[in-house]
Amino acid sequence: MSKITLTIDEQKIQVEEGMTVLEAAREVGIEIPTLCYHPDLALHGACRVCVVENLANNGLIASCVAPVEEGMEISTRSSRARRARSRNVILLLANHPNDCLGCDRNGTCELQNIAYSLGIRHETVEELAGEKRDLPLDNTGPALKRDPNKCILCGRCVRVCEEVQGVSALQFSKRGFDSIVTTAFDLPQSEINCANCGQCATVCPVGAITEISDIEQVWTALEDEEKHVVVQTAPAIQATIGEEFGLEPGTIVTGKLVAALRKLGFDRVFSTEFSADLTIMEEGYEFLDKIQQGKRLPHITSCCPGWVKFAEHNYADLLELVSTAKSPQQMFSTLSKTYYAEKSKLDPKNIFTVAIMPCTAKKFEKEREELRDSGYQDTDAVLTTRELARMIKEIGLNFNDLADEEFDELMGKSSGAATIFGTTGGVTEAALRTVKEKLTGEPLERLNLGLRGIKETVIEIGDLTINVAVASGLANAAKLLEEVRAGKSKYHFIEVMACPHGCVGGGGQPLPVDNEKKDMRAEGLGSIDQRKYVRKSHENPMIEKLYKEYLGDPLGGKSHHLLHTSYQKRDKN
Amino acid sequence: MKSLEELKELREKLQKDIAMRDDSEKPKIIIGMGTCGIAAGARNILQAVLEEIDKRNLDIVVTQTGCIGMCEKEPLLDVQLPGKKRVTYGNLEVNDVKRIIVEYVINGKIVEDLAIAHFEE
Amino acid sequence: MDHSIYRSHVLICTGTGCVSSGAKNIKVKLEDELARFSLNKEIKIIETGCHGFCEKGPIMIVYPEGVFYCQLEEEDVVTIVEEHLLKGRIVDGLLYKEPLTEESIPAYQDIDFYKKQERIVLENCGKVNPESIGEYIGLGGYEAAGKALTTMTPLEVIETVKQSGLRGRGGGGFLTGLKWQFTHTAKGDKKYVICNADEGDPGAFMDRSILEGDPHRVIEGMIIAAYAIGADEGYVYVRAEYPLAISRLEKAIEDAEELELLGQDLFGSGFNFKLNIKKGAGAFVCGEETALMASIEGKRGMPRPRPPYPSVKGLWGKPTNINNVETYANVPFVIKEGAAAFAAIGTADSKGTKVFALTGKINNTGLVEVPMGITLREIIFDIGGGLTDGKEFKAVQIGGPSGGCITEENLDLPIDYDSLKSIGAMMGSGGMVVMDEKTCMVDVARFFLNFTQNESCGKCTPCREGTKRMLEILNRICEGEAREGDLELLEALAHHIKDTALCGLGQTAPNPVLSTLEYFREEYEAHINEQKCPAGVCNALASSYQIDQAVCVGCGMCVKVCPVDAISGKPKESYDIDAELCISCGACADKCPVDAISQG
Repeated sequence: MSKITLTIDEQKIQVEEGMTVLEAAREVGIEIPTLCYHPDLALHGACRVCVVENLANNGLIASCVAPVEEGMEISTRSSRARRARSRNVILLLANHPNDCLGCDRNGTCELQNIAYSLGIRHETVEELAGEKRDLPLDNTGPALKRDPNKCILCGRCVRVCEEVQGVSALQFSKRGFDSIVTTAFDLPQSEINCANCGQCATVCPVGAITEISDIEQVWTALEDEEKHVVVQTAPAIQATIGEEFGLEPGTIVTGKLVAALRKLGFDRVFSTEFSADLTIMEEGYEFLDKIQQGKRLPHITSCCPGWVKFAEHNYADLLELVSTAKSPQQMFSTLSKTYYAEKSKLDPKNIFTVAIMPCTAKKFEKEREELRDSGYQDTDAVLTTRELARMIKEIGLNFNDLADEEFDELMGKSSGAATIFGTTGGVTEAALRTVKEKLTGEPLERLNLGLRGIKETVIEIGDLTINVAVASGLANAAKLLEEVRAGKSKYHFIEVMACPHGCVGGGGQPLPVDNEKKDMRAEGLGSIDQRKYVRKSHENPMIEKLYKEYLGDPLGGKSHHLLHTSYQKRDKN
Repeated sequence: MKSLEELKELREKLQKDIAMRDDSEKPKIIIGMGTCGIAAGARNILQAVLEEIDKRNLDIVVTQTGCIGMCEKEPLLDVQLPGKKRVTYGNLEVNDVKRIIVEYVINGKIVEDLAIAHFEE
Repeated sequence: MDHSIYRSHVLICTGTGCVSSGAKNIKVKLEDELARFSLNKEIKIIETGCHGFCEKGPIMIVYPEGVFYCQLEEEDVVTIVEEHLLKGRIVDGLLYKEPLTEESIPAYQDIDFYKKQERIVLENCGKVNPESIGEYIGLGGYEAAGKALTTMTPLEVIETVKQSGLRGRGGGGFLTGLKWQFTHTAKGDKKYVICNADEGDPGAFMDRSILEGDPHRVIEGMIIAAYAIGADEGYVYVRAEYPLAISRLEKAIEDAEELELLGQDLFGSGFNFKLNIKKGAGAFVCGEETALMASIEGKRGMPRPRPPYPSVKGLWGKPTNINNVETYANVPFVIKEGAAAFAAIGTADSKGTKVFALTGKINNTGLVEVPMGITLREIIFDIGGGLTDGKEFKAVQIGGPSGGCITEENLDLPIDYDSLKSIGAMMGSGGMVVMDEKTCMVDVARFFLNFTQNESCGKCTPCREGTKRMLEILNRICEGEAREGDLELLEALAHHIKDTALCGLGQTAPNPVLSTLEYFREEYEAHINEQKCPAGVCNALASSYQIDQAVCVGCGMCVKVCPVDAISGKPKESYDIDAELCISCGACADKCPVDAISQG
């Protein structure tokens, strides 16, 4: 690669050929506002908010897509550039509801931030007032809702859904001013092939795609004297919720999280990591059983509900390979209304189960008809990390100053293996720790598979050689599954997480986010595993107690009934 | 086509065929069948030509061509009589077909009010 | 025997032939007419035998002049008596005429419409049968391809095309040879050539006519281009609204494959070329090359930023050369006749010819091919025959919705790519819409902007949102509801969109507004400041029509055409228009035979 010399705002710089003007500007600390640009997605060049002036030829260029050229004299600040940039933002605002006060993204909205930093006034927007998009909202859910009127057509959702997830549930439709982002045939959100992963919501710069909120339901339950409200928090939350309160991504705030939940009034504060250990026991034994019985492989994990729905739409023929073990959220909820109810002498009908999840697909999962083994809907409400933060802010807690507290006893203890469920590769590592030790008595070395794309490794367990593949991002998963379908897969064990990076990159996590932040979150979570005294699921004393006192053996009758589930074929579109 | 020579041989053969066709004393009617012609009614003109030929049991070659540019004057119809110059008639209506065939194709007399131009070779 | 002296003798043939064509009745009629004017003492009727001219009967010869009347009808007799026998004026219309020959009608090159044309691309259009590959070959077709593939290297072909000065006929006017060279040089295990036949400008139909009239010429051009750049596969992207062009092209490809002019080892050169047709669904933006390629790939037709240019990263990421139909159709001539022959036509920087589609208020609507450098006056008045109904010329829109209007003052400008650009218009693909004095330029700008607004793909902000706001302003102006500062805002938005839109469609969408603003600003101002549409087109601003009672003859024609029953009155006296009801459509004024109706 050769070097290119250009000037940006009178600074002469040398950068690699092929770099964009935007990247070059950022190298020297010059920030150019962007909307349709996203560092983790293909270049789009549509919003024209990043325009800068090339003084060498008096051209205005979109810096996010324009490659650097020898001799460019870029001004990011010329009056022409600033005026053009503002005018494009004004054009967007002239066709936007501008009801920031009532918007889920108030405070995290990129359009709002840019309008503020460019000093755009209400009057200049009014000058262009005319027709505005006026389309019905889609809140058929159950995980995500879309407000087409807020959409600025930046196409990030379209790109993430196609490029990263390979789902293409969303596309541009119609022309000109009538253009919208919509589903195939404008079908409601509830009837499409969407995995509910929520990656669209994480890349949306405005409030056009957000989670369907359970906050009101949870407040109601908390205020209901009759209800005993049990909350579980997923492993990834402790490494991400701090961002909502100004902390660095990856800052571990487990104790403050527990304290905040108690302050909110939850009757019991438990950890999903407890049931993650349980999942390892069930799934580990299931995998062992498959190997020992010579059943069809690969074994494919099932803890990610986005992945499960994706498989139901696209790989119904391979569903028999997917573990029947419920996800940790669902194991936890079932046990809350059975095991915990029995131990605490509570009527399960009065137990209200809340799950704090990094995920939007979990909102869909809780509604699944298969997941009512307690005799009730096992999970009553799912709150994303963002929703929980909103509740904490609502009661005015100073989160960062809270004194650390511990999870409640019965279903709060966990191993390090359970913690790393929150990142891609974690389930695999956790499961194989148990499998290897059960089979050989030897501990498993740290795998360190990395966080992006498809990772693979070979694990020797005694005389068994296990080929393992780990995929995050559904487009990556699809590549592995196509191989399986074609009969060309060499793998024995495949882990799939719908979201890139796994749950730390989940659709319910704090915004804005990019791959760099996700790396930091994953690193934070990994550090907990290292510090934990118990690092293997089968050594969690509360799990041992659960089997001994309630379930019997892994995969046994009661386990089978309460902790395993089934799947259904769904339409391809 | 295996070589340029082969193409040239084919061309010569085709030209000979065309020449022979001209000697064969068969009049030729060429109808402008571009979209402009069709929009102006060329299909009806073609139909009328075929009916007239059938009715009079004439031995005439009927073929088509594209738009010559005078879309304004469509439908256009050319007549190539043996040994004569090709003549274009335009602004045609179905009733004009009979006149062109009787007066010009059969009797060799230009239909003056419909004729537009002739082709130079 | 009657020995009286007669001043005239009228001979009537009563041979069998003439009798059967009605000579007896003619004679009776003549006797009656002569009696009516008491001419029977002066003029004698003589029956004669057959003159041998039965085919022209009935026949009458008047002496002493010896005037020969033929093919008489009874009413002709009245004319002959009144004019000739009474007043001595010969009735020309009834004289015998020598039969016309082919030569007595003008040759094509002598009629005004063709005199100034120079046909390279359209050479065969309207002459050959487009469905006969034999006719194309018979006229020397595919020899250019044969020559290129067997006697020239790809670089020699590129050099020839460069030397010829051929520029892209799709609108941009980029040097074709240079474009080919880029694609030739680009690294790629596979390359493509694409023919852009997604003609979508309102009033443009050059590409359609070429594909319908001479499809093999385009195929031959593509073969040569593919050979030059090293592509073994090509696509013709043609809109599905051109079914005839598609079927002719399909037939042409089939026939060319049959003769191995497409396929493997063409002309024994080892060069292979496969040609496919891709039907477009009719989105205007798919004429933009990156959107076009997305469409071929099966994606939504949306442009992407360039660079990378198609020559480096095109169809399916491979180096791709895209030219339009007319460009490819020029190539066989360039190769066959040589670069110099082509470069001899045209101006310094624009060589060859250009095909234009003439539409609008012009007498000879149609398709013309003229040498670059011709003036618009020659095209519109000499070739096009001037404006319809003798109206005044106002402007011509050239380059469709991406172009601008040209007024009287530039009619004598020799037109080529650069001269048009210098006056705010563009060559475009070649649509020419002629407008007369009754055309409202604000309305024209609104028409084109409405078109581009509807056809915008919706991807980039300025085009999607900006053209909508411009259109809203234009609507306000035309409806008499313009706001303070609207004109300035319109202009600012126009420049903004031009500056920041992603693709050519958006960047050129404001051109009709900018160019009408430049040449007809006073018309905009009249709409805004005086609430008047000078051309009387914008209904909301048009004042109602009135009937001048002194001129009105009471024919009642106006009543019949009034769509809103605003006209009342008595036949043969006079009529009146109810100003409240009148919608100023002007139908009555157009119909009035005595020009009694005008706008108040």
